[in-house]
Amino acid sequence: MSETAYERVKLARDSKRPTGLDYIKNIFKGFIEFHGDRRYADDPAIVGGIAKLNNDPVTVIAIEKGHTAKERNYRNFGMPQPEGYRKSLRLMKQAEKFGRPIICFVDTSGAYCGIGAEERGQGQAIAENLLEMSTLCVPIISILIGEGGSGGALALAVADRVWMLQNAVYSVISPEGCASILWKDAAKAETAAASLKLTAEDAKSLGVIERILSENDIGKKEFYDRIRILLTEELKELSSDVDLTQNRYDRFRNLGVSAVVKE
Amino acid sequence: MIADKGSFHELYSNMKANNPLNFPGYNDKIETVRVASSETEAVVCGTAAIGKQKCCLFVMESYFMMGSMGSAVGEKITSLFEYAVQYRLPVIGFTVSGGARMQEGLLSLMQMAKTSAAVKRHSDAGLLYIAVLTDPTTGGVTASFAMEADIILAEPGATVGFAGARVIEQTTKKALPEGFQKSEFVLEHGFIDSIVPRSNQKKYLSELLKMHHSGRAMI
Repeated sequence: MSETAYERVKLARDSKRPTGLDYIKNIFKGFIEFHGDRRYADDPAIVGGIAKLNNDPVTVIAIEKGHTAKERNYRNFGMPQPEGYRKSLRLMKQAEKFGRPIICFVDTSGAYCGIGAEERGQGQAIAENLLEMSTLCVPIISILIGEGGSGGALALAVADRVWMLQNAVYSVISPEGCASILWKDAAKAETAAASLKLTAEDAKSLGVIERILSENDIGKKEFYDRIRILLTEELKELSSDVDLTQNRYDRFRNLGVSAVVKE
Repeated sequence: MIADKGSFHELYSNMKANNPLNFPGYNDKIETVRVASSETEAVVCGTAAIGKQKCCLFVMESYFMMGSMGSAVGEKITSLFEYAVQYRLPVIGFTVSGGARMQEGLLSLMQMAKTSAAVKRHSDAGLLYIAVLTDPTTGGVTASFAMEADIILAEPGATVGFAGARVIEQTTKKALPEGFQKSEFVLEHGFIDSIVPRSNQKKYLSELLKMHHSGRAMI
């Protein structure tokens, strides 16, 4: 754990890291992909559908970056359009209807910044996910596997449990963006990365995540087996929680409370 | 002003952000802004009457770090929605914001989820929430409580969007369409209900409150 915060950012962005689809294929069985938001389009940056965790059906949703240049281009480098967020919400509502738990894999530098994305309400799409996820009455577990870029990542992470890979990062703004706004110098990204407290250890100590997943055997069978076992155990616990949505409310309600002084 | 004369009672004026991440320069920045603005944070919350109907009111402040949302802003807005559920009051909110306050890192990002959950509870209680978007309303505030109201109004010519126009231009290398992200453009694309100039807002809001029967008469 000797890497600096900015080294972690670079590791999190590495195109050789397993992507959302790798996790889906290796942890679950019988993945069936569903497409489209039923409003405008299908967004390839977000993949979703149903699969079996051991023998139980779950809804899985992942932001997909792709590995090769062609894939990455097709997936828009994992930067979702509003349609992606609307598709994810549609699938989450479907999960709620059929009593399936929801598992999300998050990996994005952020929601896409484009003319069309703005015209079709990027802000509104993210807001609606945050609003609706807060009261979905099935368990939700979100795992940040690479980059957790601001609202575009949070839109799939209003969950009962949020976990991070050891070298994943989670931040309100990219270190480069922060440095250029605050210090008019994108080269100060290293300072910004350290100041933003964006590593998995930082997120855990701030109470934003519950668990850090080791990357010692990343991409190997044992790695995925371990995550499958952890998910199974955690879902067992969450499924018997009669105060699930109240506990989810409290989980987010308490964040930042200690950062506020009353005088 | 929007509120009836003498009806505004401020809530949570004692809530201030400390510097939870020890972010460089944040203490000095916030102290300077506090002195210059004589406000303690980027939002003022309270109860008020509009056209003799009681409601909860929040007004964000652009001159306080560009209305950015940190832990204190999130806590104040969340507390106000919880108060409104408890006393069964409508909420009217005037937004202005550059987005989440980056000096509070992840904690400011989490305020988007926290305020959204509070808005949802208020909504599920059958209560009315009206947002009035003023210039500019962007970033994490657009992507949370600004876009979650039952009725969303905006002021003429106000910038309303998620990503900053400059960032979009740099990302896409395309010229932005005329009037991009202005309230008229956002209205045309179906994301707000109406554009209401400031001079009409009091009458407009009091009419909406009356039509929802949720405003209690002030005695």
